[in-house]
Amino acid sequence: MAMDYMLSEEERIMIETARTIAVEKIKPVREQYDEKEEFPWDIVKEFAQADLCGVYIPEEYGGFGKGIMGLVLVVEELCKIDGAIALSLAATALGTLPILVAGSEEQKKKYLPDIASGKKLAAFGLTEANAGSDATGMTTTAVKEGDYYVLNGTKCFITNGGDAETYTIFAKTNPQRGARGISCFIVEKGISGFEFGKKEKKMGIRASSTRELIFNNCKIGKDQLLGKEGHGLMIAQTTLDNSRPGVAAQALGIAAGALEEAVDYARKRVQFGQPIASFQGIQHMLAEMATEVEAARALLYASARMIDSGTVKRTSKESAMAKLFCSEVAMKVTTNAVQIFGGYGYSREYPVEKMMRDAKITTLYEGTSQIQKNEIALNLIKESAAKSK
Amino acid sequence: MNIIVCIKQVPNATNVQIDDETGRLKRDGVEAIINPYDEYAIEEGVRIKEKLGGKVIVVTMGPPQAENALREAIARGADEAILVSDKAFSGADTLATSYTLFCAIKTIGNYDIVICGKQASDGDTAQVGPETAEMLNIPHISYVKKIETIDDKSIRVERMMEDGYDLIESSVPVLLTVVKEINTPRVISLKGKMAARKAIIKTFDAKDIGADVRKIGPNGSPTQVVKIFTPVYRTGGEKFVGQPHEIAAALVKKLSDIGVI
Repeated sequence: MAMDYMLSEEERIMIETARTIAVEKIKPVREQYDEKEEFPWDIVKEFAQADLCGVYIPEEYGGFGKGIMGLVLVVEELCKIDGAIALSLAATALGTLPILVAGSEEQKKKYLPDIASGKKLAAFGLTEANAGSDATGMTTTAVKEGDYYVLNGTKCFITNGGDAETYTIFAKTNPQRGARGISCFIVEKGISGFEFGKKEKKMGIRASSTRELIFNNCKIGKDQLLGKEGHGLMIAQTTLDNSRPGVAAQALGIAAGALEEAVDYARKRVQFGQPIASFQGIQHMLAEMATEVEAARALLYASARMIDSGTVKRTSKESAMAKLFCSEVAMKVTTNAVQIFGGYGYSREYPVEKMMRDAKITTLYEGTSQIQKNEIALNLIKESAAKSK
Repeated sequence: MNIIVCIKQVPNATNVQIDDETGRLKRDGVEAIINPYDEYAIEEGVRIKEKLGGKVIVVTMGPPQAENALREAIARGADEAILVSDKAFSGADTLATSYTLFCAIKTIGNYDIVICGKQASDGDTAQVGPETAEMLNIPHISYVKKIETIDDKSIRVERMMEDGYDLIESSVPVLLTVVKEINTPRVISLKGKMAARKAIIKTFDAKDIGADVRKIGPNGSPTQVVKIFTPVYRTGGEKFVGQPHEIAAALVKKLSDIGVI
């Protein structure tokens, strides 16, 4: 029996649909996509057809309206089978959230329906070569010229880069103002001055494309600005508060998938005349893995529900906790899964080595584990200070 | 283009058991599913609709619980679903079933294409589609593996044969039975599942479809199942081993013993 999280019927339907695609469509091709490092367009079509692309987008814009919890459930279920292919969808959510967070009604109506239907993918452009954890170090600029902004600079490590159609890009509109001098823009693929640079060769999530975005006197309309000038960093932070549960869900899914593989293997693998699952050493490893996966799930679901409730203004701490815990659990559980498989676990013949490679990214992107800890600690201190006033 | 798809709810064939005493399928506790071939029929109907417009109406004759199969058909993209259900239909053979579907289709009226799976996975007769077409007095093409062209006047399809395929043209309206090679049914979408939950399933009884009581259920069924049994497989015969002359001698003795020679 699985732990009961009192999921609604619609939530169960989302899980069931994601499960069907994961098992029937993704499982047979996951190694092939990993090996060839190809973008999984065939599977994206399946996501689109089954309405999975818009689970978190409100119904009025063509989505399924099930919030961050909807996104979390779908990403977790897909990542149990493959932690990379689901990124086409999860990274699109990251790229779309700035529009949901700060977009005008007009911008939402223009961009969200095509993303909800899966016709277009999105991507989020914040990181630069010298601006990772410290986003304020970015050098991409957007200079206003009449009715236009002119973008110059290079973004790197952009998930879905090159394959997405709609990009939310952060650039400095007022370099003198530091954190308050950053703004966010919607940029569409294909416009003059916007090109793609090198594609990264990665340890894991190899079915997901990661590219540079190069802006060279790229002229965009002033109506492409999201929110107000100077609000960019705030939009990025609110976006990350909402999107980190998505990474946590990816991590949780990978961990849950690895756990399932490990239990199954331990039951079947015979050494010393008995299944290795009968050895207490293995049993205790499995027990710890299962407990950590369940604890991760409970924390993540609680955070996602809190975000969706809309009752709290900021959920930075809870999102960071979910992301930190789930991603660290994913690393630990996948490493132990490889350990239980022994030499076979290290072989590409079995799925757990890929799970371990795919898991690692979750402790790095959308803020490293260390950055999550900063976020959590900062909020603890703030909360305490507020109480003692 | 209006498309009628005839489906059947069948026991999930992967775990069917036969009651040794009655010789019938044990249906209790067995999951009921849409006949797998009918899933291809629904998918093809939905694809035609998506290309040419119109609507897909799914029809099944069956007990009240066959409603579940119809809801799944809605989830798979059908627009309307009709359950043809009446105690009087119970015990129908393929002829009475075809007659019942014929009456239902006549009642629905306006249609261009009727699509059925090539056969049901429980009875495996492959008769109901063609019989229904005969009663409707329209042409039928069975074992369709591909629709090449279709409009409101004519249709061109590939019919699967053992050694290739036939290219067949027909006027419309027409009835097709389809094989699994025709398409890959889509994964049911979230919106499809929600639509299925809310769908209103129409029910027709014998009176609603104007059926002649002499032609439905057991009355309209010239074939009756006398007995269903699992054939007893012959076990291997007696084997003689040794030198040829020893085997020959043993064989002659054996044949002589049982009175053959």
